[in-house]
Parts: sequence; structure tokens; C-alpha cells
Amino acid sequence: MTLRFRHIRDYAVRAVLVLCTVCLVAPLLVIIGYVLVNGISALTPAFFTEELGSPARAMQGRPTGLFHSIVGTVVIDLLALSFAAPVGMGAGIMLSEYSENPLNGPIRILTGTLNGMPAILMGLLAFSLVVRPTGRFSAVAGSVALAFVMVPIIARSVESVLRTTPWSLREVGLALGLPRWRVIVSTVLPAARSGILTGVLIAFARAAGEAAPLLFTSFGQNYLNLDIRRPMDTLPQRLYSLAISPYQEWHAMGWAAAIVLLLFVMACFLAARALSRAHGGRDA
Amino acid sequence: MMSLAAVQSVPTNNVAVRGGASSGQPVVQEQTAGTPAHGAHPRLETRALSVRYGGGAVGVADITMPVHANRVTALIGPSGCGKTTYLRALNRMHDLTPGAHVSGQVLLDGEDIYGPGVDPIVVRRRIGMVFQKPSPFPTMSIYDNVVAGLKLVGVRKRSVLDGVAERSLRQAGLWDEVKDRLKTGGRDLSGGQQQRLSIARALAVEPDVLLMDEPTSSLDPKSTGHIEELMVELKKEVTLVIVTHNMQQAARLSDYTAFFYLGALIELGPTSRIFEAPAEERTAEYISGRFG
Repeated sequence: MTLRFRHIRDYAVRAVLVLCTVCLVAPLLVIIGYVLVNGISALTPAFFTEELGSPARAMQGRPTGLFHSIVGTVVIDLLALSFAAPVGMGAGIMLSEYSENPLNGPIRILTGTLNGMPAILMGLLAFSLVVRPTGRFSAVAGSVALAFVMVPIIARSVESVLRTTPWSLREVGLALGLPRWRVIVSTVLPAARSGILTGVLIAFARAAGEAAPLLFTSFGQNYLNLDIRRPMDTLPQRLYSLAISPYQEWHAMGWAAAIVLLLFVMACFLAARALSRAHGGRDA
Repeated sequence: MMSLAAVQSVPTNNVAVRGGASSGQPVVQEQTAGTPAHGAHPRLETRALSVRYGGGAVGVADITMPVHANRVTALIGPSGCGKTTYLRALNRMHDLTPGAHVSGQVLLDGEDIYGPGVDPIVVRRRIGMVFQKPSPFPTMSIYDNVVAGLKLVGVRKRSVLDGVAERSLRQAGLWDEVKDRLKTGGRDLSGGQQQRLSIARALAVEPDVLLMDEPTSSLDPKSTGHIEELMVELKKEVTLVIVTHNMQQAARLSDYTAFFYLGALIELGPTSRIFEAPAEERTAEYISGRFG
């Protein structure tokens, strides 16, 4: 009787767990499937080589694509990373390695708040910091907004990765008479390298999917532009613009943009995962 | 190689001076006869050294003792007695422990390493440390591990580094085993080899004193033997302070033994005297295995 009851309870618990897993995985599969079904037809070679141009282009069946958005995404995201990586890593190192620093409390509160802040507010921040003073929308402004999204993620992950490296590593370096900064740069950071890269990649992927911070910073446009002082297009914000446009042809392109964005972000996460495995394997 | 006779040459004919356990004074006995020619002055000396941890916990209290030059001084005592805490105070390793507070003096050739204006980096270059767990830098080759203490402060000259690497590895008795694979990772060595690599790395910066925190406790008997021989050999050039849980080890290779208990120094004297005729009841009980 009791044994039977235990069996039933075991099945019940397992059923609940399976259900939870399904609830977790199903939306992802639905999104991937839905995006693929709707967007695959617009995913032509021209999509990767042509600019968007005016709506007339698409409606007249002339070749049109999002080459300019893909290029813009790469430029703005890399620029954002170049702003965010040094700042985020610096903050992470400070939090982990200089735990006696009185500023660490405020820094933690700040990164925590930034982390939880709606991304559109980052856009607003970059708008007041860059767009207003310079008097125009620009790729730089978009990068600054995305950097605000990346910094707290990088800082938090660098801090936690550094905390997992053995404390003995630092003591050994100090016992050799090395200055503290030298110990961090030459022994602690190399040992945590793959973990740090993982964190940076995750932050990169997170920011690469953001549209809201770019709406009133990099603004977007329909043609290729490589001047970072002028408006530049990006995939997430283009996806939004295409989706709210009144043109059927553009809607299909929006779905195709979603496929590309999805693949891009997934590639980042897979790379991050591979890196963190390599890290775990070596430093376990 | 120097024989173990050096250990046995320590005089045993001293009369134990009772410090009176009731007064809380440890029995600290200096040699009166057969003072070694090159060890006449203490290289290192602590005066009323105390270490407190955050929350008021006392690590060690009021330790006054000399560490003689070119001798091996062993710190023994049960777990938690403060011997490692004491050892780490000798090269300012507590500086980075949040809440740790060190008071009293540690004199290196007469100069207080906790004195105002003393740079802990300079102190640690003269007083090196080998840790319990073999700890090669995981991302560096054997060669880079050995010369890390020089290369990372700007010594770039290849000939200098090569010379230091070979000398240090020879001193650590590791040269013959690794000379053909200096560029491979330090992590690929066995535990015993890794520990000798750690010793070579510490020796590369030519410290005057080498502190060793249970250097053989994670090693097999053969590797332990290697490192013990090494220590006896090394004392020609450096002053050694070792923490050990292994009383045979202390008896075998140290010249002086200090017995710590509950954060206090109970007794210090020539090793043979401590083991054969301890002045303190608690020392006798500990070395005979009745507690600890």
C-alpha cells in the first residue's frame, strides 16, 4: 500500500517536472518554427547583398535586402562592446579583487539597478548624453545605449568568474613579491580567460537583440552607411520598423530579419557555452 | 649533499630553562653551546606578535621567538593552534585577509617588516613562501612558472632568465626531470614535481627566508622524501621555517622546533631537546601522541 503510494507520488512528481520542461522549451520551439515558416521565403540571396531602399523597390519586385542592417548591427554592436568590455571588466575586477574598496557597495547597487532597468531607458540615457549634445542621431549614440546594457552583465559575470578562481593563485603571486595588479593581470585573468569571454559573449548577445535602446539613438535608415556619426540601421530595430510598416513585402522581410537575428544570437550563446565548458573542464 | 648529521649536531646538553607555564611565559631556549658559526644572530625574530581575525577571534597571541639563519625551524602543534597563522604573519600574507589585524614586531635582520614605510612587496621578495597545495600557475609553462617572479617585474634578458631557471630547478632537484620539456605546462607534472616546481619558483627570486606551510602534506612518501632532502640541502643558502603535522618530519630535518597550542607558543628549543626532553607537560603529551 505505502509502496504503491510512493510509486504514484514518484510518477506525479516526474510528470510535473516534465510539464515544466515542456513549458520552458515549447515557446522556444514555437518561436523558431513560426519565424522559419514565415520568413524563409524572404531569405533570398538579395536579402544579404542589397539595401532596403524605398518601399517602392519591394513593391515593384526589384531586389531588396537588409545588407545595410546586418553591417550596421555588426558595427554598432562591436563599437558598443569596445566601450562596455573595458568598463565592465574593470568593475568586475574591482568587485572581486579589491573587496576592501569602499566604493564596491555603491558599484554593486549601480550594476544591479542598471541590470534590471528597462532597456529603453538606456536609449533615453544615450539620447541625453550623446544625441542631444551632438544634435543628431548616430551609430555612436546607439553604441553607447547598448554599452549601458552590456556593462552590468559583463561586470557581474567577470566578478563571479574571478571569484571561482582559486584564492591560492593570488597568494602564490604575492608571495613571489609581485605587486597586486601584476598578480591580477598575469595570473588571475589568464586563468579565468575563457570564463570572462563567456560573460562578454553573453552580454554581447543580449545587447545584440535589443531594439528599444536604438530607436532614438542610432535611429535607423534604409541605405548603407558606414559613418558612425550618422544614423545607422540595425536588425532588431529594422525588424520593428518593418513589422509596423503597412507593406506586405516588408512584413515578410521582417520575418527573415528575425531568422537572421535568431541565428546570430543563438550562435553567440552556443559559442559562450562551448567556451564555458572548456573553462569548466580545465579549472574544475 | 649535506647529510642529516647537520641535524644531529645540534647540541642537546642544554639545561632546559623553565619559563613557568603558570606565568604564561613560553619556554624559549636559546642555544648556549655549539652556536653555529653562521647562525649566531637570528635572521628573523618576532616580538609580541599577535594576529587577530575579524570578529575578535585570536589567531596567535604574543609570540616572541627567534628564527636562526641557515637553520630549519619547525612549527608543530595540533590543528587550529595558530602555526599557519604565525607563519603567514612572517611575510605579511595577512595584509589581504579582511579583518585580520597584526600587532607586535617581525624583525628581519633587525628591521621591522611591519614598520612604517616598509613595502610588503619588498618584504615578500626577501621572505618567500611555499604553500601546502602544489600551485603552479595554470596558464604558464614550467619555464615561465620558475621565472615568473623575475619576468613579471620586468626582467627580460633571456640569458639572465635561462640562468635563473636552471639554477632554481637544480636547487629544487627538478632540473634533470624537466630540462627537455621546459615549455610544457606546469600542470602536466606529478604532484611531487609540481611542489618542487613551486619551490624552484620561490627560490628564483633568491629569498633570504623560505616559509613552507605543510609542503609535503599532499604528497606521497617518495615525493616527501625528495622534498625533505631538498630542505636539508637548501638551508646552506636560505633560512627555512616549516609548518608540519608530521612529527617525524620535524624530528628528522629541523634544527629547532616550536610547539604551538591554542594560539600560544608553548615551547621552543633545539629539536633533539624538544623531542627527547620537553620542558613542558603539554609538549610532552603532544609529541607522544596523547592529543592533537
